[in-house]
Amino acid sequence: MTEIENKIRKFLSENFILSEQANQLSPSDSFLEKGIIDSTGILELVFFVEDQFNVQIDTAEVLPENFDSIQNLSAYIRRKQGAG
Amino acid sequence: MSVLSNAIQVNVEEETSRITEWIKRHAIHEFKRRGGVIGVSGGIDSSLVLALAVRALGSRNVTAFSLPEKDSSPESLALATELTNHFDVELIVDDITPALEGLGCYTQLTESIREAFPDYNSATDKVKLVLPDNLLDKPGLNVFSLALLRPGEPERRKILPPRAYLGIVAATNMKQRTRMMRLYFQAERRNYAVIGTANRNEHDQGFFVKYGDGGVDMQPIRHLLKTQVYQLARHVGVPEGIIERTPTTDTYSAGSTQEEFYFRVPFALLDRIWLGMDRGMKNEEIANDLGLQKEQVDRVTADILQKKRTTEYLRTPPLHLE
Repeated sequence: MTEIENKIRKFLSENFILSEQANQLSPSDSFLEKGIIDSTGILELVFFVEDQFNVQIDTAEVLPENFDSIQNLSAYIRRKQGAG
Repeated sequence: MSVLSNAIQVNVEEETSRITEWIKRHAIHEFKRRGGVIGVSGGIDSSLVLALAVRALGSRNVTAFSLPEKDSSPESLALATELTNHFDVELIVDDITPALEGLGCYTQLTESIREAFPDYNSATDKVKLVLPDNLLDKPGLNVFSLALLRPGEPERRKILPPRAYLGIVAATNMKQRTRMMRLYFQAERRNYAVIGTANRNEHDQGFFVKYGDGGVDMQPIRHLLKTQVYQLARHVGVPEGIIERTPTTDTYSAGSTQEEFYFRVPFALLDRIWLGMDRGMKNEEIANDLGLQKEQVDRVTADILQKKRTTEYLRTPPLHLE
């Protein structure tokens, strides 16, 4: 597991789900379909990514393929860091 | 005509009688109330409910309240006046701005807005919360942005920091909760019921304030999709100016439509897709029936399910242990 994935998992367990559920979450599980985050949760996730990974997020990038699983979010953060 | 466009048509005569009888049975016989109070906004839903209540209870036993505050559109009161004149119902205007000032609503709102826009000037700038538009063609998640409109400048939009978002929502929810409190005061002193105006889109997708506009005794149109609300409104003779008005939230100073604030798809399509889901149709069948791409229907059905799931808390009564 990469450092980025670890940070995301830790954030989820501290803010949205019980810690044992965070460990069971597979990298491709959809946050929305699993009922982990709601509209406030998405804002918290955006804020967390901007703050922790020092990237600037545009509304148009807040898409399921970027934000809706640990795997997608990790890849998105890596792309943003690479671009920056 | 498509299967869904046909299926969404209600028998307006039968449905009007059914709702009218239901109001009478519950308000009078079950709750033992002598009439009803309704908060009217000049919008289609409260106008239909008022018309139905008049049929059920008689115009003398219905009192309408317009509860504007300083961010309300003046058009709302004008349309509410037209509505109540049309149905011969007493309209009482009760400006809740002083109450909201006393509760600190506007101060809190300004503080939260300034977390996103530090240069926000409440005297000149207008704001509104918005979701990404055009869900049919763009797959964006439901991330709320704050739009700031300043005279002579282009609109600015910013994804809200969570604390600012929660602060804005908590402060604006005071508006609906203050209205609820005023309506219950007026209802109790008359021995009337508070009749709510939520339709199915609002209730099932969580477009209401818990213990605010959701705090009522009865909800006579909660089972109707917005498209069906329009059908009944025409049948019972709601004035055309109200039917033609674009549905708004009338909560934020900049004024925002319900589509841009929450639903993200025109009601005519949203409702037909929803009805297709109700009938157990596959997304591909819905798409074929409505002349859409399957991917468009996928996005809308996913959004409907997500909003239903994530707003369950709003519809849940207080939890308790047995």
